[in-house]
Amino acid sequence: MADTPREPSTLEARSITLGYDERKVVDGLTVALPPGRVSVIVGANGSGKSTLLRGLARLLKPSGGSVLLDGQDIRSLPSRAVARTIGLLPQAPVPPGGITVAELVGRGRYPHQGWFRRWTPGDDAAVAEALRVTDTLAFADRSVDELSGGQRQRVWIALALAQQTDILLLDEPTTFLDVAHQIEVLDLITDLNRGSGTTVAMVLHDLNLAARYAHHLIVLKDGRLAAQGPPAAVVTPRLVHEVFGLRCTVIADPVAGTPLVVPIGRHHTASVPAGAGAGAAS
Amino acid sequence: MSASTQAGLRPDGTAESGSAAGSAARALAAGRAARRRSRSVRAGALALAAVILFAVSVLLGSYTVTVPDFFSILGGAQIPGASYIVLENKLPRALMAVLVGIGFGMAGTIFQTLLRNPLASPDVIGISYGASASAVTAIVLFGASGAAVSFAAVAGGLGVAAAIYLTARRGGLGGYRLILVGIAFAAVLHALVNFLLTRADLRTAAEALVWLTGSLNSSTWDRAALLGGALVLLVPAALVLSRLLQLLELGDDAAAGLGVRVEVSRAALILTGACLAAVSTAAAGPVAAVAFLCGPIARRLVGGPPSLALAGLVGAVLVLAADFAAANLIPGTSLPVGVLTGALGAPVLLWLLISVNRSGQGG
Repeated sequence: MADTPREPSTLEARSITLGYDERKVVDGLTVALPPGRVSVIVGANGSGKSTLLRGLARLLKPSGGSVLLDGQDIRSLPSRAVARTIGLLPQAPVPPGGITVAELVGRGRYPHQGWFRRWTPGDDAAVAEALRVTDTLAFADRSVDELSGGQRQRVWIALALAQQTDILLLDEPTTFLDVAHQIEVLDLITDLNRGSGTTVAMVLHDLNLAARYAHHLIVLKDGRLAAQGPPAAVVTPRLVHEVFGLRCTVIADPVAGTPLVVPIGRHHTASVPAGAGAGAAS
Repeated sequence: MSASTQAGLRPDGTAESGSAAGSAARALAAGRAARRRSRSVRAGALALAAVILFAVSVLLGSYTVTVPDFFSILGGAQIPGASYIVLENKLPRALMAVLVGIGFGMAGTIFQTLLRNPLASPDVIGISYGASASAVTAIVLFGASGAAVSFAAVAGGLGVAAAIYLTARRGGLGGYRLILVGIAFAAVLHALVNFLLTRADLRTAAEALVWLTGSLNSSTWDRAALLGGALVLLVPAALVLSRLLQLLELGDDAAAGLGVRVEVSRAALILTGACLAAVSTAAAGPVAAVAFLCGPIARRLVGGPPSLALAGLVGAVLVLAADFAAANLIPGTSLPVGVLTGALGAPVLLWLLISVNRSGQGG
């Protein structure tokens, strides 16, 4: 992980159509992940965020279009080779009962091992590094069952890190975590991006955290691209109303300076600034 | 690395973080070695228990053989009575117990791990029942006997496994889906068997009944050789596939993310597990609950995800012990081993149902 590859891998979807059975969830979408940056996919429930991520991770076979990894159709590449380039944290994973942290993270080494090539010191080093980066080294021999939600999520991230990939895809890495642990996990992901230049794409529910932690926002509505670009350019009251059906005002996050969405509901609207809902009203 | 070992002890200097990573890696390697050692010790203890139980069931019980006599019989000496009982009854029977235990233990653990549910063993989801229903059908309707019945059992087990797999596959193979489909199949097969038994004459029914409880009473060298031959192929296949099983256990998405071809791997594992269950059932009937018990017992023994090899050993110990007890519990009567394992399985099933519900996931 220390020696970042000279040319980061690229991952893009070309007019991709994804769905389950007959139901189309993502429809003719084209999107490229900026290499070495953090992309966050946002959108209302059912807008196809996770479906898009699963498509990028080749977990879903597109019924139209293709996903290109370094310019090649991802489905034409050997699955294990892809797993050496793309790491994945699925939504709400469940660990096998009784497994220790070191064992679980060790399974991330599978793509680097052959059928008969067994464990090497290199594998130990990769696992140790993944545990160190995620600050879970102290739990290495503990059972995953005993850990708190935040610790567990860090262990799952460590599993993806042990894969030593250029690209990391995370499906709602902050679900079921309290706010402090959400920040902890997102900070960790930022560290990875800054430290090793890992290209990150993740699905997040919280628009404000997305705006703070993303270099690049990908906004979906009904399976289509509603907007994409840097959060400061993308997050506007008009877009939020269009995509989420929510009236809001957008101010500068007093901490990060990124856009901060302040919702306007039907109640508690004592001091709606003049012109706040303008985008929504039009 | 050798120079940094000392530097790592002092918490200063720039070399510290590099050597810290090195020592962390060494600590992990040591932890892994310790885990493997402790598992090997437990596996060794189980293997020893199997050897002792094997010796006990050959030497003791309804007919006692002394150790010197045993070896002289093996050496070819003819001891009236003893030779026949040891060579034609006790040895093949103990060997069958070991083989059937390994087969059911591994089959059960494959299914339980794959479907992430301790209830998903082949005896619960109808695969073993498919094998015995097919055997009973062959006996009652076609008057089959011997190898033909075994063949019918294997075909039935695999057929039901395929039917369950294909039915549950539509719309995704969620763990519970396959289990529920399997339980439905088991219920239908149960009805079929009951119907057939009411149509059969008494002697045929008695013969067929063995196929419903599981028994080693009619163990022969032929049967043991047949089962042994099948296991020589299936056990290594299962051990090779167990690597994929460990990854599928993380969930389909995580496994696919690690480069596992999920559908193919799962189909291969289900086929291997179904074959193991079917050939074991063909040899001794569906020895109740063994497939279902081995995984959870192995899990308790190692305190983590059980290895297939360990589950197979647990199966061997379980069937050897249960068969010896069943054969000698009531003087003059040799109970079918399935009666005992079934009685053992019921409370464990209840306990699992309760503890699974409490933790919300397959333990």
